Amino acid sequence: MRQKLFVAIAIAAGVTLVVLLALVYRQVVTTSEALVFKSPIVATQDFGQRWLPDAGVTDHLGKPRQLEDFRGKVVLLFFGYTQCPDVCPTALYRATQVMSLLGPQADQVQILFMSLDPQRDTQELLANYVPAFDSRFVGLRPKPEAVPELAKQFRVFYRINPGSTPSTYTLDHGVTTYAYDPSGKLRLAIGHSTSAEDVTADIKTLLSL
Amino acid sequence: MNTKLISALFATFATLTLASQAFAEVSVDGAWVRGTVAKQTATGAFMTLKTAKATQLISAASPVAEVVEVHEMVMDGNMMKMRALPKLDIPANTPVELKPGSYHIMLMSLKKPLVDGEKVPLTLHFENAAKQKETLEVNAVVRPMTQMPMQHNH
Repeated sequence: MRQKLFVAIAIAAGVTLVVLLALVYRQVVTTSEALVFKSPIVATQDFGQRWLPDAGVTDHLGKPRQLEDFRGKVVLLFFGYTQCPDVCPTALYRATQVMSLLGPQADQVQILFMSLDPQRDTQELLANYVPAFDSRFVGLRPKPEAVPELAKQFRVFYRINPGSTPSTYTLDHGVTTYAYDPSGKLRLAIGHSTSAEDVTADIKTLLSL
Repeated sequence: MNTKLISALFATFATLTLASQAFAEVSVDGAWVRGTVAKQTATGAFMTLKTAKATQLISAASPVAEVVEVHEMVMDGNMMKMRALPKLDIPANTPVELKPGSYHIMLMSLKKPLVDGEKVPLTLHFENAAKQKETLEVNAVVRPMTQMPMQHNH
């Protein structure tokens, strides 16, 4: 009887110890991951290093471009349009702040602004607009007919709201900035309200990998 | 037509003019426009509107743009949504801020780039519940596209 009780207590103590250790281990792992990045980690998906074959993406100088062209740098990719009065200039402005906070490390970072509105965002307009924020920033322009597929590839929601005239429509669009590490792996989904300081910290972490 | 009638008419007109001026309740503060680069066809104008009597901003116009509309930007999670507003309520004694991330006046089909420091004339049309109309002329200063304005958090 007494022996049985002892065994039961021993088993209970053993189980408790295992559970406690598991909890502590999980706590340590979660905490260390949370300490590494300020922005959410994109662990389960990647959109590839190449646009869909017929997206026809060119940069603001007219050169055909693929995401893989920028491998070796931390790449921040976001989507928008130049008629956007608010969110897009704010995101580009934050990127300029990040570049100055990075100091010399800024040369290891590439900012990419992909237009969701290539009908109105001509190459010439993108060439005027994007480098006005920082001469190192690159504006990208897909073929107009490729926008829906490209948005699907990168899980960027967008919707065209008809305007009062055919040329004055507006766009609703996702404002997540994707961060790639220098090996070209998609790492983070940075939110619009994340501070320049936090984005900078995350980039430094990606550069230290 | 005798002189009495004429002076009576003048008096009436004068009273009407005074009366319509008495409705000039809306004032504007800190109006600015985000600058643009060549070929860019749209931008936003921002300001704070204040009124002693509740009214609505019903339309706006500017010589620099063919289409001028009041828009509202809303963040829905990580999604930016843009809507044209038919009317914008300006409640009595409650300043309404038109600012990045919220309401703004969209200047579309711009006729030329807007250069830093330039003054952009805007005409704002208001109408209150009693159908009393008011027009406000505003000169909004162009601020650099690549900088963020100082936020007025007061």
